Amino acid sequence: MNKFSWYEAKSVEDAVKQVNNTVSEELYLPSGKAAIFKSGGIDVLDLVKEGLIQPKTIVNVRNIPGLNKISFDDNGLRIGANVTLAEIEGNEAVKTRYAALHEAVAHAATPQLRNMSTIAGNLAQRTRCWYFRSSDHPCFRKGGDKCFAKHSETGQNENHAILENDRCVSVYASSVATALLAYQGSVMITNGKMESRQVPLSEFFVAPDQDVSRENILEPNDLITEISVPAPDMNTKSYYSKQVQRASYDWSMADVAIVAQMNGDTCEKITITLGAAAPIPIRAYEAEKIVLNKKINEERATRAAKVAMENAKPLSKNSYKLPLFESIIKQGLLEIA
Amino acid sequence: MEKRKEIFPFGIPGHNLSEIEREIPNDEPPAWPVNDQLKEVGKRVNRIDARAKVTGEAKYTSDMKLSGMLYAKFLRSNIPHGSITSIDTSEAEKVPGVHGIHIITKNKEDGMVGNEYPEIKYVGQPIAGVAAESLSIAKDAVAMIKIEYDPKSFVIDLEEAMLPDAPLVFKEPIQRQEDGGDVGVVHDGSKGQGNLRGPTTSSFYGGPRGDLEKGFAEADVMVENTYRTQVHTHMPLETHGVVIDWKPEEMLVYASTQNTAGVRNELANYFELPKSQVRVICDFMGGGFGAKHSAGSFGPMAAILSKKTKRPVWLMIDRKEEHLAEGNRPSSIQTLKIGAKRDGTLTAIQQKSHGTAGVALGAGVGRIAQILYDCPNFKTEQYDVLTHAGPGAAWRAPGNVQGAFGVEQAIDELAEKLKMDPLALRDKIDKSEVRKVERSRGAELFGWSNRKPAGSASGIIKKGMGVAQSCWPRFVTLNSSIEVRILNDGSVEVRGSVQDIGTGTKTILAQVVAEELGLKTTDITVRIGDTLFPDGPGSGGSVVTQSITPPARNAAYEAKMKLFNQIATKWETEASKLEAVDGFIIHKDDRSKKIPFKEALRGMRTSQISVTASRSNDYGGFQQPWGLAYGDLGSVQFAEVSVNTNTGFVKVDRVVAAHSCGRPLNMSQLESQVNGGVIQGISYALYENRVMDKGTGHFMNANVDQYKVPYSMEIPEIEVIIVEEYGALSSTDAYGIGEPANIATAVAIANAVYNAIGVRIYEIPITPASILKALNKIYE
Repeated sequence: MNKFSWYEAKSVEDAVKQVNNTVSEELYLPSGKAAIFKSGGIDVLDLVKEGLIQPKTIVNVRNIPGLNKISFDDNGLRIGANVTLAEIEGNEAVKTRYAALHEAVAHAATPQLRNMSTIAGNLAQRTRCWYFRSSDHPCFRKGGDKCFAKHSETGQNENHAILENDRCVSVYASSVATALLAYQGSVMITNGKMESRQVPLSEFFVAPDQDVSRENILEPNDLITEISVPAPDMNTKSYYSKQVQRASYDWSMADVAIVAQMNGDTCEKITITLGAAAPIPIRAYEAEKIVLNKKINEERATRAAKVAMENAKPLSKNSYKLPLFESIIKQGLLEIA
Repeated sequence: MEKRKEIFPFGIPGHNLSEIEREIPNDEPPAWPVNDQLKEVGKRVNRIDARAKVTGEAKYTSDMKLSGMLYAKFLRSNIPHGSITSIDTSEAEKVPGVHGIHIITKNKEDGMVGNEYPEIKYVGQPIAGVAAESLSIAKDAVAMIKIEYDPKSFVIDLEEAMLPDAPLVFKEPIQRQEDGGDVGVVHDGSKGQGNLRGPTTSSFYGGPRGDLEKGFAEADVMVENTYRTQVHTHMPLETHGVVIDWKPEEMLVYASTQNTAGVRNELANYFELPKSQVRVICDFMGGGFGAKHSAGSFGPMAAILSKKTKRPVWLMIDRKEEHLAEGNRPSSIQTLKIGAKRDGTLTAIQQKSHGTAGVALGAGVGRIAQILYDCPNFKTEQYDVLTHAGPGAAWRAPGNVQGAFGVEQAIDELAEKLKMDPLALRDKIDKSEVRKVERSRGAELFGWSNRKPAGSASGIIKKGMGVAQSCWPRFVTLNSSIEVRILNDGSVEVRGSVQDIGTGTKTILAQVVAEELGLKTTDITVRIGDTLFPDGPGSGGSVVTQSITPPARNAAYEAKMKLFNQIATKWETEASKLEAVDGFIIHKDDRSKKIPFKEALRGMRTSQISVTASRSNDYGGFQQPWGLAYGDLGSVQFAEVSVNTNTGFVKVDRVVAAHSCGRPLNMSQLESQVNGGVIQGISYALYENRVMDKGTGHFMNANVDQYKVPYSMEIPEIEVIIVEEYGALSSTDAYGIGEPANIATAVAIANAVYNAIGVRIYEIPITPASILKALNKIYE
């Protein structure tokens, strides 16, 4: 029965006192008594409608004063948890200084959804794996004993992971996360005791082999209050590409973000991140090494792209992702060169 | 019936327009000239219900709210195959607000083996229904019904279902069928072994022709390939459903249906009621595409729940149920072998197909191979393969869209082997005069002469151009009537059971009647989609325009003549001396003698003139032995695509669609209908695909998130050419265009993709993955 009460949180303190569980934990091991956060509401209400969670209380954090600001100064970009993707897309500093982030946000979902979805909700949404989304399929992530998608004969895994896919082969839903990880952004989290901590995105996501019940580190009572992204150097160049079947609205088949500090044509710092490749957004460290402190040319770009896919283990229906990633990694490197 | 002779326009304006004399029944009106000389017909007249639709005033079935109405919800199976061993509704019954529960039990056709519950054959099969005071109460109660299954092994993959040890979907020959198939074609479920049924080897165009072996021996060039198409669900904006109020004196049914009269007959038959005591209304329709001809399982369920609870019952299914259980275009695996002489003359066509409509029959590939081109030697074998999946249903040109995907690629391949332009080859082998005009006008608008050899485009993003053709028979439903009432204030009402599926049937009826009465389209009130009024055709097979506009014109003409007779008596002249023009009735010989239409009826003894008319056989008869109207509804569609050879991303940039439908009645509505057909064709070619998990038999993307249909960015520039073609066949000489609009698009796109990248893709949907595979970029 999808009846729940609604609590309108007035402040961060009020909000963290009201909740008692995370969406993931409630989904993995239903308590039937969960009070959970809702921001834009897109993912939470989908999970409720899909019959995956039956919260007792929904704590609306969408209208908490002060969480809807976006600012940019010498220290970088600070995005309040409730800033919508549409607001980020329209922000001048994001447009001019964080091109890859802008590109990622502008290609997330649809204009209507970008008007509704908040950055914190986008980062914390659950995977779109269709087995995960089906209440008839008790997979690892729902306390079950298998991954339906991974099965080589019966699994429908065209959208699924090609890397780090030994157990659960879902891919992370947020493609904005791919770009934020490339910029080495971090998340500010407040807990039930009103203690705040800043967590780099590289430590925010949780891979299935660590804990299959969750996709991020958030604990019950943890509320994301802000996302921050360091200020890019003036020599920073960035690239983002999301590959889809349907341009108007689609989940990523493969997305790549590159943020590099260039000195002339030499690459002095670089992060290459991959979305829809693994259960969480990942960095292609080995590929980065190929071009780090070197001139980026056609040969190195090709080599780096190849290396990024070296450990890929495609499933029965997604080997197309390898050439797809290779082609956009290479293109991205050549574009920033 | 007395007859007279009339001279009609005949042929294609700007090409071969001439005149022809026809003998027509005396009570049918004189010939109309070509559209140029008409005032309402053939013009860009606005939809008469446009305002109601865009403002939300239009009430659809799901909007109906009757006093005391309950909401119903189905319980559906979540296993693909098995028996139900027990159903416990005791907890559900206790839910406050629940008024009735009905469990579906076997009927005669199911056989009497086992318990009273029908065997479960697919995920989503309806099992029971609950009626409650709100939809959420009904849903809650459904969730509380306890059900136990004895699951059995199942098969959902077409090719696996054909293996000798595959689990059987039906152990016996099939007696009862969903409407999965083609118009006018009966698929025989009694032949075949295992999960295979058929083959169907003939259509209403006859069976095999000539001698295949001889034909292939005569060929200089051969093409032989296998083409595959996916299962494609309907996705009408409005889902299936009804609101039923079973009162003592009648069963009142609001239905989202393509066939009000058909649903009335079906429910009357099911519940053994006189047809006069079942009334079906469909005022506005949110799309059907072939899947909404029947009362389905929701009709009887809502009726039974209404009878049980003595209250009206609303039963609209949701999007997931729509995907699972309310129809789809069956898949196909087709092998085609075509032989031709050096000059292009076809010598033999051999076609073999297997398709699955799940638990239904009707997965053939139509008649395109049989009839589109001249070829003396022809054979087809079309097999149905039963699987544990939701039933197929007629889907905009059933079978023929799949069939065209094979044939029109094979013709493209043949042209290349013959070193002929694909249009030049078609000029040689296609006997249709109207398609010849469509090819030439279409090619000019499209810029076909700029097409480059396959795969010759440079750069990463390659452009390509393709063309494909289609044909569709001109079916006529002779059991089609319309009532026209002229009231004594000069207002005019058109009445019929025929429904407006959304294409603008209401508007064309108003146009035709207005033209006949010398009025404006907006002067006419149209009340259709109600079985209280004379029976009309179902909206399927592109039959509506040719079946229902002649009765409307005939009824208007007869009503007008009755009015003329009254005025002629007053004016001491003959009715034949009068005409109705621009809102006046005028004496032809003395044009100063005239009276406004509105005033002409004031002196009538009774307050209305009412005429119900039907239509005669086509003037000049039907094509024998098939009984179809002469001519066909042809089309030639051109597509231009861009393909990113690095990422596999495909975009359709432009489509030119050249179509004919006899006398065009409303250019805007025709263009709109062709746009819709093209968009659905793009969707079929590139996006839509039912994804089934082979391990559990579940439909994994039964939503609108991951079952992909095109949105604004996927829709290209579409230019529509409507070729006027007069055949002098009825009092309006007009035909539908619904099905033909959808047939050629997907294969034109496939041909364009080939032209772009130089590698042919034999399977839809064409995805980034299939492009990368075709380009040999995938390594393991």
